[in-house]
Amino acid sequence: MSSFGLAKMSLRNLFRKPATKGYPAVPAVFTERSKGTVRNDMDTCILCGICQKRCPTNAIVVDKPGGTWTVNDFDCIQCLSCVRSCPKKSLTMDPQYAAPAGEMSAVTLCKTNEDAQE
Amino acid sequence: MAERSVIPFGPQHPVLPEPLHLDLIIEDERVVEAIPQVGFVHRGLEKLVEKKDFQQFVLVAERICGICSFGHSLGYCETVEALMGIEVPRRAEFLRVIWHELSRIHSHLLWLGLLADAFGFENLFMQCWRLRERVLDIFEATTGGRVILTACKVGGVEQDIENSELAAIVEDLNGMRAEYDELLRVFLKDRSVKSRLVGVGHLTKQQAREFACVGPFARASGIEEDMRLFGFGAYDALADFQPIVSSDGDGYARCEVRAREVLASIDLIAELVEKIPDGPFDQKVKGAPAKGSYAVSRLEQPRGECFYFARGNGTKFLERFRIRTPTSQNIAGMVHTLQGCELADVPLNVLTIDPCISCTER
Repeated sequence: MSSFGLAKMSLRNLFRKPATKGYPAVPAVFTERSKGTVRNDMDTCILCGICQKRCPTNAIVVDKPGGTWTVNDFDCIQCLSCVRSCPKKSLTMDPQYAAPAGEMSAVTLCKTNEDAQE
Repeated sequence: MAERSVIPFGPQHPVLPEPLHLDLIIEDERVVEAIPQVGFVHRGLEKLVEKKDFQQFVLVAERICGICSFGHSLGYCETVEALMGIEVPRRAEFLRVIWHELSRIHSHLLWLGLLADAFGFENLFMQCWRLRERVLDIFEATTGGRVILTACKVGGVEQDIENSELAAIVEDLNGMRAEYDELLRVFLKDRSVKSRLVGVGHLTKQQAREFACVGPFARASGIEEDMRLFGFGAYDALADFQPIVSSDGDGYARCEVRAREVLASIDLIAELVEKIPDGPFDQKVKGAPAKGSYAVSRLEQPRGECFYFARGNGTKFLERFRIRTPTSQNIAGMVHTLQGCELADVPLNVLTIDPCISCTER
C-alpha cells in the first residue's frame, strides 16, 4: 500500500499548459469530420427533395415550385444523412458551432437570388 | 431492537449521474432493505421502430445512452443484419470493434473518475476525465462526433478510417497508457482507495449467478463470462482474448476489473489495427426484413451483456425491437449488496455496478 501516489502527476501538472482550451478566447479546433451546420450550394442544388426524404427529424423542407430550400438548425441532429444522399454533392457540413440566436428560426435559401431569409 | 425508518435516496443525489430512486429501510445506521424504483427517464424509444424505418432507427438506437451510444447502434445493426441475412464487409467489422473498444475505454475512465469522486478523491477524478478527453478527441477526429458518433449503419459503417489514422490512434493510446499506468497504480495500491473500497458491497460467485449479474460486476465476483469470447464481429480475429476476472466480489474488485479492462482494450485495439484487412467498409442494403422473421444478438457493452431482439413484418418498419440492458440485470445484485451495509456505503455500492438508467428505461 502506498500514499500520495498522484503527487508526481500533480506536480507535473503544475508546470504544464492547462488541459482545457479557454474557448471562446482561444478558437475551437475542428477536425475535417467535425459536425456543425448543414449548408447548401444553391448553384448546384436541383431541389430533388432526397435530403428532405432522408432527414430523420424533418428539419429540411424543399419547395420545388417556389424554388426554396429550408433547413431548421434547431431540429437538425447532424446525422449527415442529407449530405451523404445528395446526388449533386451540393450539401455540406460546415464544422462550426451554430451562432447564438435570439429566437428559433429556419434558414431559407432561394434558387433564384440565393438570398438567405431568416 | 432499534427503530426502523425509511430514507429516500435519489432520484437526485450527488453520486448519481442519472435518476434512480431507492427507499432505504434502516435500523440505526445499517440498511435492512432497499427498494429500487426506476421510471424517471423513460422515453419510449423501442416504440419508435413503428415510426422510423429500420435504417433511420440506428440514429434512435444510439441515443438510448450517451456513454455506450456506439454499442447500442452496433447491437441494433447486428440484429437487423442477422434478420435480413446481410454479410458485413470484414473491414467494417474491424472498424466497429475498434470504435466499440474505444467506447469501453472512455466509459471505464468515466466510471473510474466518478468512483474517485464518490469517495472524495477529486484529483484522481479530474485526471481520469482528462485522459477520457483524449479518447473523445479520437472519436471526433474519426467520426465527427464526440458522444453521438453516427458511425454505424446497417450493412457496415458510415466512414472509413485510413490505415495511417489507425496507426496514429494506436500511438496516441500507447502515449495514454504511460499516464494511465500512474492512475492504475493509485487505484490498485493507494491506501485511501483501498480503505474505502475493500470489503464494501460483497457479492459471492454463487449470489452473482443467482441474481444473473453480468459484465464487470459479475466478473468481479469470479464469473468468467464475457460476450467477446463468443467472437462476434472481429473479435474472432483475436489471438488470445481472456476476460479480466477477480474473485474478491467487493467494490475494490469491481474497480480492479474495470481498471484492468482499459489496458486490455488498448492491447485489443493495437492487435486489431495490425490485422485489419483492406477492402470496402459498407454494403448496399436492399429490401426489408421479411414478415415473421426474428433475430437476436448479444453484445458485451462496457457495463455487461446486452441482449437485442428484433422482429420484422415485411415492411421497412420493424414490428418489435427489444433490448435487455446490463443495468437492469445488475439492479437485483446491487439491492442485495445494500442489505446490511452502512448508510455511508450506499452511494459507493450503487456506483460500483456502474448504473446506466437511461439504458435501463430507454
